[in-house]
Amino acid sequence: MMKSLPITIDSVRKTYGSYVALDDVSVDIKAGEFLTLLGPSGSGKTTLLMALAGFVRPDSGKLLLGDRDITRLAPNRRDIGIVFQNYALFPHMNVLANVEYPLALRRIPKAEARQRALDTLARVKLDGLSERGIAALSGGQRQRVALARAIVFEPRVMLMDEPLSALDKNLRETMQYEIRRLHDDLGITTIYVTHDQREALIMSDRIAVMNSGRIQQIDTPQRIYDRPSTRFVAEFMGEANIVAPGSVRRIDGADASREALMIRAESFHLDAKLVGRDGVALEGTLRAKAFRGENWLLTLALEGGQEILVCIPAALASGCAELASGQRVTAYAPAAKVHAIPGAAA
Amino acid sequence: MLEAYPDGRLARILLWSLCALVMAFLMLPTLVVVPLSFSASNLLEFPPRAYSLRWYETFFASATWMAALRTSLILGTLTAMIAVPLGLLASISMNRLGGRAAVTIQGVLLTPSIVPGILLAIGLFFVLAAQHLVGTLFGVLVGHVVLAIPVACIVLLPALARFDWNQVQAARSLGANWPRAIGGIIVPQLQISLLSATLMAFLTSLDESVISIFVASGQNSTLPKLMFLSLRDQIDPTIAAISTLWTVIVVVVVLVVTLRQKS
Repeated sequence: MMKSLPITIDSVRKTYGSYVALDDVSVDIKAGEFLTLLGPSGSGKTTLLMALAGFVRPDSGKLLLGDRDITRLAPNRRDIGIVFQNYALFPHMNVLANVEYPLALRRIPKAEARQRALDTLARVKLDGLSERGIAALSGGQRQRVALARAIVFEPRVMLMDEPLSALDKNLRETMQYEIRRLHDDLGITTIYVTHDQREALIMSDRIAVMNSGRIQQIDTPQRIYDRPSTRFVAEFMGEANIVAPGSVRRIDGADASREALMIRAESFHLDAKLVGRDGVALEGTLRAKAFRGENWLLTLALEGGQEILVCIPAALASGCAELASGQRVTAYAPAAKVHAIPGAAA
Repeated sequence: MLEAYPDGRLARILLWSLCALVMAFLMLPTLVVVPLSFSASNLLEFPPRAYSLRWYETFFASATWMAALRTSLILGTLTAMIAVPLGLLASISMNRLGGRAAVTIQGVLLTPSIVPGILLAIGLFFVLAAQHLVGTLFGVLVGHVVLAIPVACIVLLPALARFDWNQVQAARSLGANWPRAIGGIIVPQLQISLLSATLMAFLTSLDESVISIFVASGQNSTLPKLMFLSLRDQIDPTIAAISTLWTVIVVVVVLVVTLRQKS
């Protein structure tokens, strides 16, 4: 296993004219960690990645690799493996030559370079394809060549810019596990950019949710999902209902919180018995219902008109098929799944 | 699209005749010198009354003409060797820079191909005179390179616009500095355009006469310059022989390059 390095991003700022792409971003990434930068397009996640790669020069702030300041270091001297969104393979070289390229640049003897390239190709399950041209590869195979090329020179950090966005759904899921497995085998510090929240949840040690050039929250996937610190994070991470404390009633009659509450659609039950005495109840009128195979999605209109989404697993939804539009429905959620968003008024 | 073709017999004959006429108009002035060059007469007369190879002999036997041919070929080669790399670097910068700055630089760089050649030659004469370079091969070379850079850029810019620049970033991240990224990633993929640019730069120099007339001295006259001068002094079919050889050389070079691009 190669020695990986921690990364420190220290108040990095980047502006293009009046547009602020990165607004004093600071993150500490542990050696060997898999960190995902998650956010909508224009949130600054790719800019931050490109700053680490050396293709974007920050206006201010520092980037440290281990304890070495790389803020102004040329990209070719950073020893960072990068997987690009479109793979950026070299079409005038075959698979083997693509993977040998970084080794040739480092003047590694021909025979050793060949062996290392072949070993790396085997690691990404591409043995036997080394003589193929790039044009003759499928999307998934190209992805693997890009991976092999990025790890063959044993970089101590790897950056990945939405590497799976061009693949179809099944292949994407396979590759998510494979990339994560590769990371675990190599123990290489990895920063992964995506706009797909499921992908981020599945793959990461920690997720940094970004919006308008700022990191909104950085935490483990579970805490990001269950305990979002801002309204933006809550809504970006899944079907979140954010309701005013007034529309929520404690089952045991105690006072509810004063802050806006987030309850995920799948946290609801229609049966009060499935929720403890300290749980909450929301009463509304059924507006719409949809059967989605593994669950039912109900849309309830609360008093005051706000609509909430209620997702009931098919196994527990025996009564859902009979519900009629306009009917009064009460949805219950256990206290543990009711999260007050700090500082956010509904 | 098929309707766009004339379907009447008459229409088709008219179309073919028109095409043949245009082709003839383009080709005849070039081809008319070919029979002239094989004339046995001392005068340029068409059609020649008797045929011989004497004017080719005259050309190859003349030290003056041979020197001019050598000068032209050396100049053309040097021009291409200097103008194409410079044009490539300039085109890469313009492509990467983008926006207003790129448009401005492109405008400045393409000026030599837009202003009348005679103005450029006069200007160049004064600049070179100040450096005592008038009459030197180097002076003519500078002039030809100035003319050939925009030609190279015109060929290379569209090719670079289609290039996937992520590849250069990938190469950089894998450890390549700029020169290695250009040499290892851009150049091999732009081979065809670079070959075209080289050919165009070479032909630009080969064909150039105005700058040569102003700047070149007696010893390093280029072929076109010598041809102009000899037309003024004495008219004999040597000129026709040179023109024919010239045409053959250019046609062969263009054919070789075109065929290589096809394969």
